[in-house]
Amino acid sequence: MTVSRDFRGRRRREAEPDRLPPGQYVTDDFPVLSAGPTPHTPLDQWTFSLVAGDERTTWTWDEFRALPDETVTADIHCVTRWSKFDTTWRGVSVDTLLAQVEHDAGYVLAFCDGGYTTNLPLEDVTDGKAWVAYEYAGEPLDPEHGGPARLLVPHLYFWKSAKWVRGLELLDENTPGFWETYGYHIYGDPWREQRYSGD
Amino acid sequence: MEALDGNAMGGLLHDVFGTELTAASAVCGHCGARAAVAETVVYLGGPGAVARCRTCLGLLLVVVDVRGVRCVDLGGLASLDVPGADAG
Amino acid sequence: MTSIEDETPRVRTLVLDVGDWPGHRAGQHVDVRLTAEDGYRAERAYSIASAPGEPLAITVERLDDGEVSPYLVDVVREGDAFEVRGPIGGYFVWDPADGGPLLLAGGGSGVVPLRAMLRHRQRSGSDVATRLLYSSRSLDDVIYREELAETDTGLDVVLTLTRAQPPGWTGPARRVDADLLREVAWRAEDGPLAFVCGPTSFVETVASGLVELGYDPARVKTERFGATGAR
Repeated sequence: MTVSRDFRGRRRREAEPDRLPPGQYVTDDFPVLSAGPTPHTPLDQWTFSLVAGDERTTWTWDEFRALPDETVTADIHCVTRWSKFDTTWRGVSVDTLLAQVEHDAGYVLAFCDGGYTTNLPLEDVTDGKAWVAYEYAGEPLDPEHGGPARLLVPHLYFWKSAKWVRGLELLDENTPGFWETYGYHIYGDPWREQRYSGD
Repeated sequence: MEALDGNAMGGLLHDVFGTELTAASAVCGHCGARAAVAETVVYLGGPGAVARCRTCLGLLLVVVDVRGVRCVDLGGLASLDVPGADAG
Repeated sequence: MTSIEDETPRVRTLVLDVGDWPGHRAGQHVDVRLTAEDGYRAERAYSIASAPGEPLAITVERLDDGEVSPYLVDVVREGDAFEVRGPIGGYFVWDPADGGPLLLAGGGSGVVPLRAMLRHRQRSGSDVATRLLYSSRSLDDVIYREELAETDTGLDVVLTLTRAQPPGWTGPARRVDADLLREVAWRAEDGPLAFVCGPTSFVETVASGLVELGYDPARVKTERFGATGAR
């Protein structure tokens, strides 16, 4: 391995060790990473759904925006090793959405425009741990960053915060989503450095 | 982010397969379109490298680095023809 | 790193000494990997600017929000070292035996692999009829300006300057569009071979424009650099 004199790379800065999960570095950038093209669903066609078997509960954009919202400040951690502190969002708590349906699911699978999916245990998207966010840093969420709305689950690696989210499937079994199928960890806790399956 | 093309995956594919693959001919398993690997729509920088069909954007291949081991999924390809040594 | 040449205020050519360099083909690229003291790594692909038989050289454009290019353009000096993997590529390559007539279309730093092809053509004494259509922001941004100004038999160079033109400029002054292609490109009936390289949007516009002019899609080869020019 050749170390290149004076190379520093992406803007990185010092961080309080307690705040930074293992193997991460802090950046002030907000990298845009994707597995496919940025979708552009017009708001008058956008819906969000909770799907439990044959039952489907759907909100249009206007109905969705009429729901009570919250502002969230959180540190986020990407599995590609960058972390960003104190990101601010506005969105609807997943608790608010789940309160509208009757179910006994243990797991969810988020589904998105473009076909991306990711799975989470129900307890990781409830009790104030997850939102469907439509604003970032006080502005409408940019399509590059998942707008009009993305899932936000800051306590897990950020691939679980699915961009362009269109709904959650409520399931009895933990069903691997996109990156989970290709070798990433089924749960993804940055504090236990659960990047890959088997970690 | 704008997509790149299969040329940008050349080094990665060479590492995995031990041979130059950008000139290889790929048939999409979703729509049947045939194109050089160099012409696929490629997304890099994320948790894995992804190549998609330029015609239908269907997923062709995914490369993930798992604890230093390159894992390749070619499930989206119907076929991949690598030119002979004298053609590459 | 054996020598440096500043091409424009933002662009620099680096000549590298790679111990057991196996040689390369015109149009290929290398992957450059930089490692910081703390182990942080970044990797980018750069087209080879030199012809087969010449020492390995890459030409790098400094991108404002780049991670690797500012280092290679502003910091690197002779004697510095970094990791290089390659040469890479077997699709976007040209050799005189591939014939022509040859149309090379480059946007910004997309001219780099095309310049390797031109040098290869010249060094091998090839008389393949060749046209280079090269789009830059201004004359100061034209990479290899003097080299491209030297006339060579059978080679036409058309520069289009999209943002600023010097006084008296009579050449094209806009982004490449269907009309400009129609003026400059070989007629489809001549069975041309085309190489298009640059930012993704440039490549999409030019490649589809050539196909619309009747070019055989299998003879329009493309290499996309992404919106910011980085790969």
